[in-house]
Amino acid sequence: MILVQDNRCDLCGTCVAVCPVDAIEVREADISIIHDKCIDCDICIWVCPIDVLSSDQKVEVTNE
Amino acid sequence: MSDYDVIVVGGGPAGSTAAYEAASRGAKTIILEKDRDIGYPVRCGEAVSDAGLRQFLEPQPEWIAAHINKISMRSPDNTQIAFRSDAVGYVLHRRIFDYALANRASQVGAEVQTRAYVDGLIMEDDSVKGVEYQYMGEKRKLTAKLVIAADGVESRVGRMAGMRTATKLKDMESAYQATVGNIDVDQELIDFYIGTNWAPGGYLWVFPKGNGMANVGLGVLGSLAKNYPSAHDLVHSFLKEHYPDATMLTSVCGGVPIAHTLKHITGNGIMLTGDAARMVHPVSGGGIISGMVGGQIAGQVAVESVNAGDVSRKGLESYPKRWRKAEGKTHEAIHRISETIKTITDDELDAIAHKLKSVPEEDRSILKVFTTVAVKKPKILLDVTRVFTGF
Repeated sequence: MILVQDNRCDLCGTCVAVCPVDAIEVREADISIIHDKCIDCDICIWVCPIDVLSSDQKVEVTNE
Repeated sequence: MSDYDVIVVGGGPAGSTAAYEAASRGAKTIILEKDRDIGYPVRCGEAVSDAGLRQFLEPQPEWIAAHINKISMRSPDNTQIAFRSDAVGYVLHRRIFDYALANRASQVGAEVQTRAYVDGLIMEDDSVKGVEYQYMGEKRKLTAKLVIAADGVESRVGRMAGMRTATKLKDMESAYQATVGNIDVDQELIDFYIGTNWAPGGYLWVFPKGNGMANVGLGVLGSLAKNYPSAHDLVHSFLKEHYPDATMLTSVCGGVPIAHTLKHITGNGIMLTGDAARMVHPVSGGGIISGMVGGQIAGQVAVESVNAGDVSRKGLESYPKRWRKAEGKTHEAIHRISETIKTITDDELDAIAHKLKSVPEEDRSILKVFTTVAVKKPKILLDVTRVFTGF
């Protein structure tokens, strides 16, 4: 599961742009992960410019 | 009967330009902006060329932070190569600039609604007929003949219409940017730092903002980001080492899509423009002017199609055609070259910089840079030839 470190997200939407399954919503004041859609590919974690996303599991997924 | 002819989602330069074009041609138009402010937060390096800007409006002193007439590039070992050039461009106060563009649209009749988060589309017969949005916790709906999605890097509105907008990591820069105070930089020079040590797979910029301030930021290529410190950490360590007395007045992060334009930027009743359509220059990462070019064409085609009574994908087909002619084709070519540019190693960058350093400043030119790069990396010559000959 992808976790958001509370109050640190800058709401820039970079993760939204790369999410392959449209599982992230960023509004004016909050970010939410739609866990039913999330496939734990972790690319949002890598692309986040300020490291506010993390995973509670270790899954190896390759991505281009 | 629709509430509006055109709904523009997003009040950045692309959205406001689209709204201006549509409204000035008589279309009933509204801009829906999700944030409380047009133009804020500023997630941008804020540099534009003089020629690019003048296609749209006369530069105004209130939104110009610095006049640029020198460009500098630094290699990984900090060898600096500078060029002088007249009327290169400007570093903007985006916050004021974006206000001016939205105001320009409203002065020709466009409405503007801030705090409006679009979270759904009204669909009918496989065509977009309007939007659903949240305003201050209240759910609202608006119908329109056409929706222009200028919703930035996230590009969710297009996705809601079933279009493919998700961007690959190799086409996304993970960026962080600060407006910095108490920094002693040449106020007429834009400074680029190129190399893995500065910004892996991207570049670091120091752009003057007047009065001893600067816009400092960098992008890390998404596909490399996993193996390097975050953009945030890289900016902070750069400032600590090179400008220890500088203060951070604002800092924000953001994504810069450096893909070529999406294959499909139209659907039934919908057009995508600006960052949402991936109209950013694939090497420079600049998206202000190209977004305005896209927005302008989108706004014009919107009115033509609404007036012709055909807003189907077919009815909108002159939009991608005109965009491709204006910028899109060049972006495709540049995107192809960018793959080769990314293979230049730090050692090769240093060698190129040392070679150019031996050329007197007045003799330095883009052509000289190009030929020096080509000697080190002949494939670039091949790629450029392919680009220009169409292969």
